[in-house]
Amino acid sequence: MSTVKLTVNGKAVAVDVEDRTLLVQLLRDHLNLTGTHVGCDTSQCGACVVHMDGKAVKSCTMLAGQADGANVTTIEGIARGDELHPMQAAFRDNHGLQCGYCTPGMIMSAIDIVHRHGGELDEATVRQELEGNICRCTGYHNIVKAVLDAAGRMKVSQAAE
Amino acid sequence: MGVEGIGASVVRKEDKRFITGKGRYVDDIKLQGMTHAHFIRSPHAHAKVKGIDSAEALKMPGVVAVLTGQQIVDDKVGNLICGWAITSKDGSPMKMGAWPAMAPETVRFVGQAVAVVIAETKNLARDAAEAVVVDYEELPAVADVHAAIKAGAPQLHPEAPGNQVYDWVIGDEGATDAAFSKAANVVKLDVTNNRLAPNAMEPRAAIADYDSAEEHFTLYTTSQNPHVARLVLSAFYNIAPEHKLRVIAPDVGGGFGSKIFIYPEEMVALWASKKVGRPVKWTGDRTEAFLTDAHGRDHVTHAEMAFDANNNITGLKVKTYANFGAYMSLFSSSVPTYLYATLLSGQYNIPAIHAEVIGVYTNTTPVDAYRGAGRPEASYLIERLMETAARQLKVDPAALRRQNFITQFPHQTPVIMAYDTGDFNASLDAAMKAIDYAGFAARKAKAKADGMLRGIGVSCYIEACGIAPSKAVGSLGAGVGLWESAEVRVNPVGTIEILTGSHSHGQGHETTFCQLVAERLGIPISQVSIVHGDTDKVQFGMGTYGSRSAAVGLTAILKAMEKMEAKAKKIAAHALEASEADIVIENGEFKVTGTDKAIALPMVALAAYTAHNLPDGMEPGLKESAFYDPTNFTFPAGAYICEVEVDPGTGKTSFVNFVAADDFGRLINPMIVEGQVHGGLAQGIGQALLEHAIYDANGQPVTASFMDYSMPRADDLPSFKLSHTTTLCPGNPLGIKGCGEAGAIGASAAVINAITDAIGKNNLEMPATPDRVWRTIHAA
Repeated sequence: MSTVKLTVNGKAVAVDVEDRTLLVQLLRDHLNLTGTHVGCDTSQCGACVVHMDGKAVKSCTMLAGQADGANVTTIEGIARGDELHPMQAAFRDNHGLQCGYCTPGMIMSAIDIVHRHGGELDEATVRQELEGNICRCTGYHNIVKAVLDAAGRMKVSQAAE
Repeated sequence: MGVEGIGASVVRKEDKRFITGKGRYVDDIKLQGMTHAHFIRSPHAHAKVKGIDSAEALKMPGVVAVLTGQQIVDDKVGNLICGWAITSKDGSPMKMGAWPAMAPETVRFVGQAVAVVIAETKNLARDAAEAVVVDYEELPAVADVHAAIKAGAPQLHPEAPGNQVYDWVIGDEGATDAAFSKAANVVKLDVTNNRLAPNAMEPRAAIADYDSAEEHFTLYTTSQNPHVARLVLSAFYNIAPEHKLRVIAPDVGGGFGSKIFIYPEEMVALWASKKVGRPVKWTGDRTEAFLTDAHGRDHVTHAEMAFDANNNITGLKVKTYANFGAYMSLFSSSVPTYLYATLLSGQYNIPAIHAEVIGVYTNTTPVDAYRGAGRPEASYLIERLMETAARQLKVDPAALRRQNFITQFPHQTPVIMAYDTGDFNASLDAAMKAIDYAGFAARKAKAKADGMLRGIGVSCYIEACGIAPSKAVGSLGAGVGLWESAEVRVNPVGTIEILTGSHSHGQGHETTFCQLVAERLGIPISQVSIVHGDTDKVQFGMGTYGSRSAAVGLTAILKAMEKMEAKAKKIAAHALEASEADIVIENGEFKVTGTDKAIALPMVALAAYTAHNLPDGMEPGLKESAFYDPTNFTFPAGAYICEVEVDPGTGKTSFVNFVAADDFGRLINPMIVEGQVHGGLAQGIGQALLEHAIYDANGQPVTASFMDYSMPRADDLPSFKLSHTTTLCPGNPLGIKGCGEAGAIGASAAVINAITDAIGKNNLEMPATPDRVWRTIHAA
């Protein structure tokens, strides 16, 4: 057992876990943040994507201990109160989700994609960048639309800040 | 149409919880004192279980119990059933082998459970499972249908000699033979419809909670049809009588058919919960999903189509071998028979059809309904045949289809189905226009100049949805009726709850079903909520599959609404001192037509519940229910055309364009309908290009993770161009046909027709991987 200290969604936490505990297990089982999902166990599907120190990571493929001292953001931590993150709003407005299971990981990956590419996104880039996130419902059509839409919204909201 | 009524692309009410991480799936639920189950599964495709030694595992920390297949048999938990009886051509019933929830004596596919460890945590259960020693005696195994029916093949079940489940026929053999004897041309085709793994993104999961004081079970499960689960668990598996078993299917992360069935894991969790006296949770991992979720497709078919001298189709002969895997899953028997062969007429006038389907056991994961269920196999076969015929007869494939289209409705096919309405020319016209079919030759020439092979492929599909008229399916062997139920509860303050037996696992019912209420009453959808997925809340329902939720489930809601409105009008008329016949409902008010007299819905509702001033003899309250049994199947149809470019150097296929023109009848929410089409197209394209659940000759699965099984990813797919043509379904008052499966049914033939057009060779099996396409291009 080890104590892992980290910041999750802006809140400092210290959790005693078995050394083999995965970050996703810490989030779901110990912190009850069940918005982060497990879809494949092999780092393929991306349902488990969260942000660690501002970068997208697959939380099923790292030990909780590797997040010691890190700043982790999950799907539960991106809205400001009732105000949705522009990516969340774009997924809803573009019908970028159906069953919702891949959605948290998609949104977290998509935010990272927009951050990395700034305003230079096009459809082909979004499709290539989403390689690590699998959706079985939407055929990706509306997810791609949502990411492109959100990229514009995020630019506007950054400019406003 | 109001802003939130029928036909409006309203954004979904359910989305807020999903985009904020507040969805509630089975694995998100924790119960007090909950234990965790881990199944011990056979690594062999076929073996005798000689013994199970769990002594070491039981000594390990946190282990509560190790339970075996023999114990579940001893406790008289029933074997798994198949709910649709099929009769062979010799009159004999289908031959089913016994399927216990955990194998006491013989395992017949890799992944079949033989025992389960129950422990304090999931990790401890896994650790202990490693310490359980199972003594297997390996037996010869067979995975391929043709190998399985050969003399001397390994035999799976004593009940099914020769591994044959049934040999079933449909149609008029004599008339078909006569058509072929007079044919000017006969087109022949052999096709394999590749086995697929459904792969809903949420793995299956179950939590069972036994209350010993009440002798009552609660099951949380990833189900598309919780009431059917309760019925089967109660009536056939002896878990508990229905009133002592509550089944809850909360948010469910996709189904595509694979979550219709009642699986061994739910049965074991329920049984184990009573045995250990604590809640038991099981959450599958992805490899367990590959090994144990019912697979789809897996047909091997030879077909011949007869034409007269004018290129009119005169007959069709089909012989299909359907691989059922090691056991008959819940609705498996119906898929290659009544869901497949009844659609073999496609969109065409075919005077005579005869089909024979041979169901075969193999040492593989059971096969059952997967998005489309039999209809993709039929559509793929017919549309590959039409393309092959056009090439052989040297005519334009679109023109050959058009010439043979059914244009008069209703149309009785030779294989049971009576198509009620449609306009196949309209959808083909729309698709050809959208893709600029006329300009293709010039684009092909230009691509050729760039060293690329350009191809175009048409697929005109039809499917039977709105499953299904109970009397009709009963006469064909179904063990259940396929109606749907609904209840409309108007609360005393005028808000509304709709209870439905349909189940939403991505389809957006919480929005579309509210839109019907908004349309009829003129109230915002925020004042309506949908209650589903809980057998304690909703009295009964048949669930969601077969594109039935709008055509059947929503019609049931409409029927209940009509009853509720009739009573509410009586109350309003009484309050307004007007004639009931003069009351109209607009903008949430009951108005006396032609006057300014009106009473708002909340006041009518309040009057119903205070009961201070109701018409004489009227019961208080405002709540009505209905059961709706459809009169016919519905027949969504459409035309898909795709244009591809194949790189002859690598064999890689790229999409230039993919257009879909669908006729779904009336659309409730076009945005949601289009989303359903996108997803279906992705699954059809996935089958055509990428996906294949592969076994080696000994029944070992080769594709049991996302690293081996190629799921469609964003950069494998194009954006789609969709359009709609409309003929309203005459079979239900809303004119709805259903849209959930069309994409998966129509897409794969369009893709393969396009690739074979590009490479100039007709024989190409799915999935058309670059390797396979390259070899086909360069084959002698």
